[in-house]
Amino acid sequence: MADQVTAQNAIRPARLEAQLRFKRHGDPADAFELNVDFQLDPGIAILFGPSGAGKSTLLDCIAGLLRPATARIVLNGEVLHDSALQTFLPPQRRRLGYLFQSPALFPHLTAEQNVAFGLNDLTEGERASRVPDLLAAFRVEHLASRKPSEISGGEAQRVALARALATSPRAVLLDEPLKGLDAELKSAIVDDLRAWNRIRQLPILYVTHQRDEVDALGERVIALDRGVIVAEGSPHAILDAPRKKRLAYAAGFENHLSAVVQDLRESDGVMRVRMAGSQTELEIPLGYAVVGDRVHIAIRAGDILLATHEPHGLSARNILAGKLASLEFNGATVVCRVDAGAVFLVHITLGALHSLQLSAGQRVWLVVKTHSCHLVED
Amino acid sequence: MESLWLSVGLASCVAAILLLVGVPLAYWVSQTRWRGKFLVESVIALPLVLPPTVLGFYLLVVMGDHSPLGKLWTAWFGHTLAFTFAGLIVASVLYSLPFAVQPLVIAFESVNSRLLDAAAVLGASRWRIFRQILLPLSLPGVITATVLSFAHTLGEFGVVLMVGGNIPGVTRTVSIDIYDHVQSLDYIAANRMAIALLFISFAVLSTIYAVNRRVWSPWPTK
Repeated sequence: MADQVTAQNAIRPARLEAQLRFKRHGDPADAFELNVDFQLDPGIAILFGPSGAGKSTLLDCIAGLLRPATARIVLNGEVLHDSALQTFLPPQRRRLGYLFQSPALFPHLTAEQNVAFGLNDLTEGERASRVPDLLAAFRVEHLASRKPSEISGGEAQRVALARALATSPRAVLLDEPLKGLDAELKSAIVDDLRAWNRIRQLPILYVTHQRDEVDALGERVIALDRGVIVAEGSPHAILDAPRKKRLAYAAGFENHLSAVVQDLRESDGVMRVRMAGSQTELEIPLGYAVVGDRVHIAIRAGDILLATHEPHGLSARNILAGKLASLEFNGATVVCRVDAGAVFLVHITLGALHSLQLSAGQRVWLVVKTHSCHLVED
Repeated sequence: MESLWLSVGLASCVAAILLLVGVPLAYWVSQTRWRGKFLVESVIALPLVLPPTVLGFYLLVVMGDHSPLGKLWTAWFGHTLAFTFAGLIVASVLYSLPFAVQPLVIAFESVNSRLLDAAAVLGASRWRIFRQILLPLSLPGVITATVLSFAHTLGEFGVVLMVGGNIPGVTRTVSIDIYDHVQSLDYIAANRMAIALLFISFAVLSTIYAVNRRVWSPWPTK
């Protein structure tokens, strides 16, 4: 009988369903309500949203570390929490892998003992064979006998990942697991994680607001804002054309402009808008608006071109004359502040800065493609 | 010197009992979300502010033949609990309770709760989390609690005098002995014992600070 059940589970893909409402009381500034309904299929789903959106709270509810007043959480047909049925499995019995924002390694145990902690039910021999494999899968086998205080942040994060996945979890929750790591290390860990899940096909809920991680990992993005799911879809649909202003900030759109619709050219699929408080006009993709409506536009600073002479013969429809107000260095990127009716932020490379011989106060032109302008809701 | 050994014996028994009683009590205080918790905390802390004679007086009343508890004890053991070594232990356990419980509560509460969450998600029972994560990480607090209850019991005077009286070899502890010597103007004998007590207290406190410094130094180590 038990074998039949296992066989059935093997055929039926894993699935995590969650509907829950969680209220945090307290003073009004801190009050918060989470209200979500979603399901996860095998593969990595990105949970994306600005800080304070409720991402970590949601993960804690699924793991059973928080007990929302109203909830129905079902994993592969097994009820983990059903407030109507008064069923609540404690975190110990949910068999989930959960990696917090901090590695939370047990400081008095070695890396090896940390990974083995969740394998208490196995025999000594089984543990001895499983732990080295896990450490090797995340390339930290050389740290086996070190204490958490003796390893780097990135290494600690890998050990924590190995520990979370050691217990053969049925679903995995990862809360910004690669925060603060450099790009090369990130993509190595991402590859290891993908390889690990290739044969297991578990649902993985992965919290991040890093654009590169979304591009590398996500098959699906769930966007959370102020406790509710505001969008769900492919990474491209959510992050390249975010429909919410707050989400646009989180997705890295540096320019947010307020404008009034001047006229609609439905046959061309565009409309013209005039920026608030100036005469500058922009052509943007046609949106659901009428003449006179106030709209919000988001533009990535990296999507705007900067020219020192007025450009001609370009396909781009928006060429704005302005003045370079200031230059600021941010690593290999130079942030230019350009006053062209409204203030635009433009990112250019150090090389571009040198070859254009830019200096503050100079006259410049901005080139913005129509489809680089995204309409967002307030 | 008989009184010094009596005090050391008493303090050792009290420290051992307080460890057994204090650890579960402190665990409960640090974990509970019960609203009435502050009442329990106040009762535990009461000996800190109460004059020892007040505590000793009520203990004497409770142990006496007129209280139900006192009657019960006499019925079982044939004599009252007051003016015995056992009576001293009971009184000292209550008197030193805050010195054991408060360092333990602080130690338990200062363990990062995410570590306990992580252990729970990994399938560890509450008992295993307590035994393998919380207790080892609270070790400095456990040592502090034990040493403080030992030292505090060693130096007590008022409660012992009220509950134990002054019976040589049974309830005459070192602090009462010193008092006796001073009363009879034997300053040399009083000084001998006072110096011994001073050194023991200093050794005990320096142990606490040394241990805490090594395990979780509050200052950055160079």
